[in-house]
Amino acid sequence: MVTAKDYSSPVRPTWCTGCGNFGIWNSLKKALAQVGLAPHEVMLISGIGCGSKLPDYTTANGFLTLHGRTLAVATGARLANHGLKVICTHGDGDGYGEGGNHFVSAVRRNIGIVDIVQNNRVYGLTKGQYSPTSPQGFVTRTSPQGAIEQTFNPLAVALAAGGTFISRGWSADIEHLTWLITEALGHRGYALVDVLQPCVTFNRRYSYDWLRPRIYKVEDEAGYDPSDRAAAFAKAQEWGERIPLGIIYRTESQPAYEEQVPALEAGPLVKQPLCTKTPEEYEVLKQEYL
Amino acid sequence: MTVNDMTFKIGGEAGQGVESTGRGFAKALVRGGLHIFGLQDYHSRIRGGHNFYQIRAANHDIFSHDERVHLLLALTKVAIEEHADEVVSGGGIIYDPALSVDETDLAGKQARAFPVPLEQIAVDEGGSKVMANTAAIGAAAGLTGFDMDVISGVIRDNFGRKGPKVVDANLKVAAAARRFVEEKFGDSFPFKLKKIEGPPRMLISGNEALSLGALMAGCKFVAGYPMTPGSPILEWLSVRSEEWGIVIKHSEDELAAVNMAIGAGQMGVRAMAPTSGGGFALMVEGMGLAGLCEVPIVLVNVQRPGPATGLATRHEQGDLLFMIYATQGEFPRIVLAPGTIEQCFEAGYRAFNLAEKFQTPALIISDAFLAHSPRALDMDALDFDVPIDRGALLSDAELDNLAERYKRHRDTESGVSPRALPGHPNAVYSSASDEHDEYGLICEDAVVRIQQDAKRMRKLETARAEIKAPLRYGPPEAELTFLTWGSTVGPLRMAVDLLNAEGKSANIVQIMDIWPLPIEKVTAALQGANKLICVEQNYTGQLATLVRAYTGIKVDGLINKYDGRPMSPEYILARRKEVT
Repeated sequence: MVTAKDYSSPVRPTWCTGCGNFGIWNSLKKALAQVGLAPHEVMLISGIGCGSKLPDYTTANGFLTLHGRTLAVATGARLANHGLKVICTHGDGDGYGEGGNHFVSAVRRNIGIVDIVQNNRVYGLTKGQYSPTSPQGFVTRTSPQGAIEQTFNPLAVALAAGGTFISRGWSADIEHLTWLITEALGHRGYALVDVLQPCVTFNRRYSYDWLRPRIYKVEDEAGYDPSDRAAAFAKAQEWGERIPLGIIYRTESQPAYEEQVPALEAGPLVKQPLCTKTPEEYEVLKQEYL
Repeated sequence: MTVNDMTFKIGGEAGQGVESTGRGFAKALVRGGLHIFGLQDYHSRIRGGHNFYQIRAANHDIFSHDERVHLLLALTKVAIEEHADEVVSGGGIIYDPALSVDETDLAGKQARAFPVPLEQIAVDEGGSKVMANTAAIGAAAGLTGFDMDVISGVIRDNFGRKGPKVVDANLKVAAAARRFVEEKFGDSFPFKLKKIEGPPRMLISGNEALSLGALMAGCKFVAGYPMTPGSPILEWLSVRSEEWGIVIKHSEDELAAVNMAIGAGQMGVRAMAPTSGGGFALMVEGMGLAGLCEVPIVLVNVQRPGPATGLATRHEQGDLLFMIYATQGEFPRIVLAPGTIEQCFEAGYRAFNLAEKFQTPALIISDAFLAHSPRALDMDALDFDVPIDRGALLSDAELDNLAERYKRHRDTESGVSPRALPGHPNAVYSSASDEHDEYGLICEDAVVRIQQDAKRMRKLETARAEIKAPLRYGPPEAELTFLTWGSTVGPLRMAVDLLNAEGKSANIVQIMDIWPLPIEKVTAALQGANKLICVEQNYTGQLATLVRAYTGIKVDGLINKYDGRPMSPEYILARRKEVT
C-alpha cells in the first residue's frame, strides 16, 4: 500500500519557516497516497519559483522546467505518456503571469493535468515584487506607488475559458486541501487547484491571520451547486470579507483532450513502437508524389 | 527545334491558381518521364499581387531553376511587365486577350505572342471561368506538343474528388484549348516537350522530404505554431497523423511548441517543433532547458529573410550563426543544413538519431527555396527503411536489474548518461533546470557545476568526431573551389557544371553537418583549394565567418545575395567574375 512517506525524500526544503508551501506539499503527498498512486506513476512538473522546487523535495518522477512554461511542458508530457498522472506545481507568477497564455490554453484544451497553483500573491524567490494576483495598490519593490493593474482572478478566467474543474484550497487546511487534490486527481481533464498560501516573508499583508476569518467552504453552503456555471461565476467574484474555498465549478461531461486524439487510442504514445509500417505501406506513401 | 530543355513560367495574382496550375503542369511533365525543378515566388497576401511558378524541364536530373524562360503563361498584364524580358529568342507568351493583356503590351519584346481566349474556351466547353487555368495547361501542351494523355491523367487525379462532371468538363476544356492552339499556330513553337519512357518519379519538395524523413524516424509528437515557410511541415504531418499515429499539437505560440516537444522528449517520445526564424527566436529559451536537462528534441528552422517579419514568403540563409550560437549559457547542439531534397529527407531522420544519441537539441536549418521547390526524384532516391539509433536508452530489463540508485545525469567519459524514461519504479528521478547533481537534484556546488557542465560540453566533442565530412561535387582538383551550405548548392551545381563544360575547372565543398563544425574534416577539404569562393544567401557571409573562426581559412571572395530571391546559376557566374 502506498503511503505519504513513500513520497518523502532526503532533500530538505529551502522554504521559510511557516511557508504555505509545506501545507501544499503535505496535502499533495497525502492525496497521492489516498488515491493509491505510487511515485513512479506520477510525473510532477514545475516551473521556477519557491513552490516550483516541490518536485526536488519529493520522491516521484519530476521535471523542474522554465518560469511560466510549466503547463506547456506538462501538456507535451501528458500527450507523450498519458499512463502517468501529470501534476503541475507552480506559483501565481509562473502560472498566471509568465505562463498566462499557456494557462488559458490548457484550460481550453481540457488536457489531463492537475494544476496546483501556489498562489501567495507575490514574487517570493526574487524577493518581493507584485504578482498578477497581488491586490491593486499593493506596494512592493516594483510598485512603490502601489500596483496599478487590476487583480487577476484565476477562477473567473478559467471559467470563462471553459474550465471543467475549478477549485480553491487553503494551505493551512491540509485535510480539506488533501480532499480537493484527490477530487482533482479523479477529474477527467484539466483541474485547477488554486491554493491560497501566505508568504510569511514578502507578503505580510496577506497573512494567516488575515485569511483565516474570511475563508469558508462552498460545500458547507446549503444549496451551492458546483455544476451551475452561472452560480460559479458569481462565486468566483466573491473576495474580501468572504472568500470561498472548495470546488467552485465542476463538470465531467467534457472529454479530456487526450481522449480525443486518434493516435492515443492505441495507448500511451511512448509505449507505441517507433515505426510499424510495412514496405508496401511506404510505397503507398510514395505514390502520393507520382 | 529544342526538345526537353526548356522553362515554363506561369505568372498571375494570388487567388488565380498560379501554384495549382504550375504544380499540375509540373506533375504532368514528371509523369511524362521528364526531370523538373520548380520555383515558386509569392507574396504574403491571399489575393492580388503578383506570383509566379517556374518549371525547368530536362531529360536529366536538375538541381535549380535558371533565368531563361521559353514559354510564359501570363494571367495578368503585370506578369508580362515582369517577365517578358526573360523570354528567350523564339520563346513565346500565352495570354488571354479577354484579360487586361493585349498585343501592345508585347511591343518591342522578342517573345512571340500567343493570344488564346482561355476563359472563352472554358465557358464555350460548358465549364466555368475558373477552368481558364485548365485551358492554359491545354494550350501549353499544344504549343510544346506534349502528350495529352498524361495531361488528362493529372486532370483526373486533381479534380477526381470533385466528381466526374468536373473532371469531364476540365478534360473537354483542356482538349479544346489544345485544338485551338494547334489550329491557330500549328507547329511553329520551337521548344518541345516530349514524353519519354522511363521509371516513375516522385515530384517532391524539401518540406515534404524533411517531413517524410521525420515520419520514418518514428517522430510521434510534433508541436508548432504556423509560420511561413515552416508551417507546411506541421500541415503535412497533421494530415497523416491519424494513419501514422502521430500526435500533432498546434500550440498557442512557439514558446509552447518547444516546451511541449521537450515534455514529450523527456517522456521518451521522438518530438519535433518546426518553425521559421521568428518562431525559432522564441524557442531559444526552451532549447536551453533541453540542453541543460539533456532532453532530445528536434527543432526545424525553415529560414526566411528577417529580422522581424522581414520578407515572409521569401528566401534567405541569414540564420546560420543564430542557430549555432543562440544560447543563454553554453550547451551542446547539433545543426544539420540540408541543401537538396534528398538531404532534407536524410536530415529529417538523422536529426532524431543524433538528438537521442547525444541527448540534446538537434536542429535542422532549411530555407524557403528548399522548402517550396519541388524536384523530380527517382523512386528509390529516398530509402524509407532508415537507420534508427536511440542512443544510450535503458531497457525495462536493464532497469529491472538496476543495482544502485539511478543517476539521470551520470558523469561519463563520452558525456552521455544512460537514459531511463520516467515510469519505471527503479528509476524514479527528478531533473532540474537549475544546475543539478548526477541525480538531477538542484545543486549549486562549484565542483558539481564543473562536473556537469564539462560532461554536457564533452558531448559536443563526442559528436564532432562522429559528424560527417563536407560533401564534395566536381573534380577533386580545380582552379576554383566554391564553399557553400544549404539550398544554394542547387544553383551552384549548375554554375559549376557550366564552368567545367566551358573548359574551366571548378568544384564545390558543401557543409551539411555544420555544427559542431567538423574542424579537421573541413580543413582537409579546403586546404588545397587554389581559389576559394564562399557562396551563400546573406549579407555578411556567415559560413565564411564560421570557417575562418574555427579553421583559420579565409575565403578569397564571397558571392552573396540578400534580396529575398534565390540565386540563379547565371547570377553566380556573373558574380564570380567580380570576385575573382
